[in-house]
Amino acid sequence: MTTGEAAARAPAATGRLVGAWRLVLVPVLSIVAALAIGALVMIFSDPEVLRAWASFLRNPARALSLSWELISAAYGALFRSSLGSANALSETIVQATPLIFAWLAVALAFKAGMFNIGAEGQLLIGAMAAAFVGFSFKLPALFHVPLALAAGFAGGALWGFIPGLLKARTGAHEVIVTIMLNFIALRLVDYLLKTEPVRRAGRSDPISKQVAGSATLPNLGDLRVHAGILVALVIAWVVWWLLFRTTIGFRFRTVGANPAAAAYAGMPVGATYVVALALAGGLAGLGGTVQLLGVQRSVFPGFSSGYGFDAIALALLGRTHPGAVVLAALLFGVLRAGATGMQAATSVPVDIIVVIQALVIAFMAAPRLVREIFRVRAPRTAEAEVFTKSWST
Amino acid sequence: MSSATIAAARLPSVTRARVVGFVFLALGVAAAWWFGLGAEPGTSSTFGLNGRTAAIRLPELVLPTRASALFLAAVCAFLGGMQLARGFGRRTYLVLGVVVSCFVMAFLIWAARGGSLNLLGMLQSTLLRAVPITLGALAGVLCERAAVINIAIEGMMLTAAFVGSIVGSASGSLIVGMVAGVLSGALLGALLAVLSIRYRVDQIIAGTVINIFALGITSYLSARIFSEYQSLNNPGRFSVIDIPLLSDIPVIGPIFFSNNIFIYLMFVLIVVVHVGLYRTRWGLRVRAVGEHPRAADTVGIKVLATRYRNVILGGMIAGLAGAYFTLGSVGRFDENMTGGRGFIALAAMIFGHWNPLGAFGAALVFGFADSLQNKLAILDVGIPSEFLLMAPYLATILAVAGVVGRARPPAADGQPYIKED
Repeated sequence: MTTGEAAARAPAATGRLVGAWRLVLVPVLSIVAALAIGALVMIFSDPEVLRAWASFLRNPARALSLSWELISAAYGALFRSSLGSANALSETIVQATPLIFAWLAVALAFKAGMFNIGAEGQLLIGAMAAAFVGFSFKLPALFHVPLALAAGFAGGALWGFIPGLLKARTGAHEVIVTIMLNFIALRLVDYLLKTEPVRRAGRSDPISKQVAGSATLPNLGDLRVHAGILVALVIAWVVWWLLFRTTIGFRFRTVGANPAAAAYAGMPVGATYVVALALAGGLAGLGGTVQLLGVQRSVFPGFSSGYGFDAIALALLGRTHPGAVVLAALLFGVLRAGATGMQAATSVPVDIIVVIQALVIAFMAAPRLVREIFRVRAPRTAEAEVFTKSWST
Repeated sequence: MSSATIAAARLPSVTRARVVGFVFLALGVAAAWWFGLGAEPGTSSTFGLNGRTAAIRLPELVLPTRASALFLAAVCAFLGGMQLARGFGRRTYLVLGVVVSCFVMAFLIWAARGGSLNLLGMLQSTLLRAVPITLGALAGVLCERAAVINIAIEGMMLTAAFVGSIVGSASGSLIVGMVAGVLSGALLGALLAVLSIRYRVDQIIAGTVINIFALGITSYLSARIFSEYQSLNNPGRFSVIDIPLLSDIPVIGPIFFSNNIFIYLMFVLIVVVHVGLYRTRWGLRVRAVGEHPRAADTVGIKVLATRYRNVILGGMIAGLAGAYFTLGSVGRFDENMTGGRGFIALAAMIFGHWNPLGAFGAALVFGFADSLQNKLAILDVGIPSEFLLMAPYLATILAVAGVVGRARPPAADGQPYIKED
């Protein structure tokens, strides 16, 4: 059980409002702390600002004002190009859509007691499978889009099935296996992009053929935002329903909470691992598919661009609360959509958002640390969370 | 344990012995079919054995392709038959090593048919490619023997590679750069220790955070700094030190005694960590903390202090591994230049059963796969290079899936320790 849920379920005396406040307090403080440290990194890596700080004693105002200018310009550009206009908002939603799927892939596995680092590879393989369906067949859109989505799900599910099976049969730790499968997926797609049925004719760089028009997801007006966000919200609801309203979901959660107890109660622990990780992989594959059919239209090296790592961050930020995660995915969408605008306006490299995201996860994973920094009292619940215990259990 | 459970535990191992026997046979048949009969009759394969500094030059090794490959295939098949007939028991792993070596050798003979292959160069690059993996695995061993899972080795190596390059360039001294790299590893080790010991963050999450952070900050800073000040990313490399006399021994000399300081340090560290862990009081205490922290605490061993110390030491070794990339191998920093070697190091640690010598052996296997992949890309044997690049990752999956026997981690690995009042 997560701290957030524990706080939310606290006795009526504390009240629902306080529970909700506790739920958002640590995430909000984590984001604030991460943005603050990100600002420090920007200040102390800018040559001009650094020179101003070197003469701080002679002219403190200049050092401070230059730092402030840099930070406000960078974060200003970041938020302007992610929230400032209809186009910017659309871009944020576009960036958030695959993240919601990738989060589901990580969160579902979390619930079943596994740490799925493989969303990146699962997403890529799913997109590749969907692309194959997308450019190989000529079908009416009514059938083509669902078929491509199904292919994407199946591709990702295969990539999740492998570590699940290995964990169930041999005890191989899913963290190592999924990391390795990420690398293998990258190489495999690199290879496929060079082969005849996949490679786009007339292009020297490795890029797949474009998916047929009948397989693409419709856009909203002239904006880049597409129907994928609706698919994401529906699937998120389905996953919630599966986890909390069905027998198989109960089995996932029991195995996740205590595999020994689940086995004692007669649940097939190994099979649950396999099914949960395959489903998780399928969800990540859907994320890649939606990105393919809604935005990119073809697969190329670098297609998956760090969604897997972002998803882990999201899973920690929003925990397993669907509403919180949609908000968290939008926050990451803001960072991703705004980063390019920020680099264009202030020449701060986009990689700073990776730093900020890592800091957000660090603070989220250590609620005690955040409470110490901001001097917030801890709720009266145990907060030691161990998702993964050892290498081969 | 009752006799029924013993029988149940033994049953799969009999099946496994059979499976292993059939695998040996299959490898023998495959080698005979592809590498023996697949080679045109009358061709021969040439292997170069001379290095840069050979005082005594050896003649090149010329082997008849077909006959040699068939001979090696016969050895595989014979060992497979022996395994099926009576089994090798505890020596199965040794025999497995022999069979795989024969198979690979047959493959090399086939790949070099009608041409020549610098065998010595391949062995040299095997050792060089094994250096960061071995050091990373040693870092992992130190942490995990004290029951802290360290998947942040990748991030520590990447950070140290960056710090080593920039400090080495700025100070103009390679040694200073190396020390700075080691210290940056220690710093991240300390961070991992604080997060996982003091704040009891899940250790795998803490490690993942460090990995993401390291990737982000090194990419950010290299984009920020190196694009403007390229001279800060040009530290140079440690030069090769030939050990007098020993480096003149044919084959062995150029491989082991003609290297830069990192390789010698690696050998020293393997021995020090191994002897330290198994032959000293310190090692006994570390292992006690990793297996049963409560019992260790009861007899007065400081559990948390031991963990802090080991994780920081591990960070330092991972830092040395990182510095090797920029100061011992490439000579400059590139974005994400460690390319997953830290994770392979973890696999080598598991493969080597949390034991320094075992980890070194496993790292050599990975190093060989890596250098083989590189050579074959040049020889153009008709296998797409992407599949060769996959080989180390596939090998890792096979390793953790327990093809070489189920590895047992330290009993308390990954669990936070809370002292009782």
